[in-house]
Amino acid sequence: MTEATLTSRAAPEGTVLIFSGRLDAEAAAALWTAMTRALAAKPNVIDLSDVDVMDSAGAILVLRAGDAVAVQGGSADVLAVLERNRAALKAAPVPSETPREFAPITRFGGAVYGGMQAALSGIAFAGEALVAALRVMFRPRLFRGGEFLRHLDEIGLRAFPLTLLLGFLIGLILAYQSSIPLKRFGAEIFVPNLVGISLLRELGALLAGVVLAGRTGSAFAAELGTMTVNEEVNALRIMGIDPMVMLVLPRILAGILVMPVLTLLMNLAGLTGMTVVMQSLGFPWSAVSNQLQQWLSLGDLMGGLFKSMCFGLVIAAIGCRAGLSAGFGPRAVGDAATAAVVGGIVAIVAMDGVFAILFFRLGI
Amino acid sequence: MNDETIIRVENLAVRFGPRTIFKDVSFEVKRGEVFIILGGSGCGKSTLLKALIGIVPIAAGRSEILGVDLAQADAEGRLGLLQRIGVMWQSGALFGNMRLSENVELPLEEHTDLPRPAREALARAKLGLVGLGDAAGLLPAEISGGMAKRAGIARAMALDPPLLILDEPSAGLDPITSAGLDKLILDIARSTGTTFVVVTHELQSILAIGDRCIMLDKEARGMIAMGKPRELRDTATHPTVRSFFRREAA
Ligand SMILES: Nc1ncnc2c1ncn2[C@@H]1O[C@H](COP(=O)(O)OP(=O)(O)O)[C@@H](O)[C@H]1O
Ligand SMILES: [Mg+2]
Repeated sequence: MTEATLTSRAAPEGTVLIFSGRLDAEAAAALWTAMTRALAAKPNVIDLSDVDVMDSAGAILVLRAGDAVAVQGGSADVLAVLERNRAALKAAPVPSETPREFAPITRFGGAVYGGMQAALSGIAFAGEALVAALRVMFRPRLFRGGEFLRHLDEIGLRAFPLTLLLGFLIGLILAYQSSIPLKRFGAEIFVPNLVGISLLRELGALLAGVVLAGRTGSAFAAELGTMTVNEEVNALRIMGIDPMVMLVLPRILAGILVMPVLTLLMNLAGLTGMTVVMQSLGFPWSAVSNQLQQWLSLGDLMGGLFKSMCFGLVIAAIGCRAGLSAGFGPRAVGDAATAAVVGGIVAIVAMDGVFAILFFRLGI
Repeated sequence: MNDETIIRVENLAVRFGPRTIFKDVSFEVKRGEVFIILGGSGCGKSTLLKALIGIVPIAAGRSEILGVDLAQADAEGRLGLLQRIGVMWQSGALFGNMRLSENVELPLEEHTDLPRPAREALARAKLGLVGLGDAAGLLPAEISGGMAKRAGIARAMALDPPLLILDEPSAGLDPITSAGLDKLILDIARSTGTTFVVVTHELQSILAIGDRCIMLDKEARGMIAMGKPRELRDTATHPTVRSFFRREAA
């Protein structure tokens, strides 16, 4: 087969573009710029008599000339390819350019609007969940006990090792770091106060929340997101089963119940880590325990545990909502999981701020 | 149509673990033919196609495609061969994060030097050819199953391969679209000499487009018939083959 060429010639009927050789994808790529130049001269006729073979890519090259330019010559096969592609292109109009918008303003407006929509749908979701919870309260038969126990196991029991490890290390680190400045004043004995209060009041619940958001919020979102994408959630709905009752409530309840336990473990592990450091600094266990008993109140612990239950509720709810509102396509599930983790962590930190103000006002 | 052999299969067998899916499958496909593979669901039609293109390992026998024995070809030979085969998967297998036009453009981007506008126009033409001209900007999740099949065909045709393998192209399509697809296959086969291997159950389309066919059977674990569709319809003696072509319950 001969290599493809493109030449032009002046003739009585106007400028003639002459293609020859094998017009395939390779030739189309090689001749593309030559064709651009040739088209600038406004040809009137295209001659395909010397074309041996043409494939779709070659046809696309020739068809750049548009319908106004007449085609002459060419074998039946070549013309068939050309006409098939001409018809196909007609059937596939060039998508119209979307009008250019003034980007910053539209984007800002879009963000505000999107944020408001999200807030509204979040409130709607909370309302739906509440209604579902009330319904289940009056008809406990609806509640999926097995489902609930499975979640308790998955998000609770299986998170114990991670929680213990994290708590122990955080306690260790906090104790070490705070012992350095306190040592200068000979006040190392107050390390247990500092670590104890920060763990019980703040860090225990917050860290347990981060564990829950990372392990469980994302898992909820992925699980429910997959079900949504596969239309399993729709299948539930048309069976008359409320996804809120079957899928969301057991998860939220498990989240609420598991969090105080995780927080308590986190606290204990943290205090253990702190004790190890204190021992290495030469303080006996009795001194540490004495210090803790004297300065920590039950209120500190209870406040932390109460917060943790609220965190559990919010993280589980955000995870479920992210899953149920998953979009289409292969990225939807991943996006939902990300949204669950990010949303969960932001939400608990924000809530923690609100609690801080609240507890301060109430004098707890 | 000349006598060049595009696919030659000799005593092919495929096993998954201890299970023999089929054995002793032999046939030849000539250039320009529309070759049909028939058989009940689960008899191994998709597996046979995958064995042909080297995705499923062959337990026994030989298969040669466009003159290349995939079992013996080196990486370069395989790649060169795979560029000359277009495959439409049973599930469509469109890339979910790409628009339909991008799905069709992908093989062009990978295997040709065509500039971007050429690729775009070519992708539009392929989509127009299968009746998806106005859906080029959609994502696979946004189209129906039948549209996904057609988009899969458009993608398989992107490089104008001399051999097109289609796994159940008309399953799930309405009769009009399905007939349009038959016409398209015939049109391409006749005008470009493209060879087709098609898995299909549509009796009408088998009779309309099939030059020759083979029928696989689950119980027999192999071929139970080979020949021209009309002849099989009129003369077959094997009960399963007869009941298929006469649309009777076996
Ligand atoms: N990767 C695999 N591993 C094990 N068995 C398989 C695999 N793929 C297919 N099979 C089995 O091979 C048989 C044929 O499958 P397939 O070729 O998809 O049938 P069909 O004729 O409907 O296309 C089926 O029984 C299926 O269970
Ligand atoms: Mg199959």
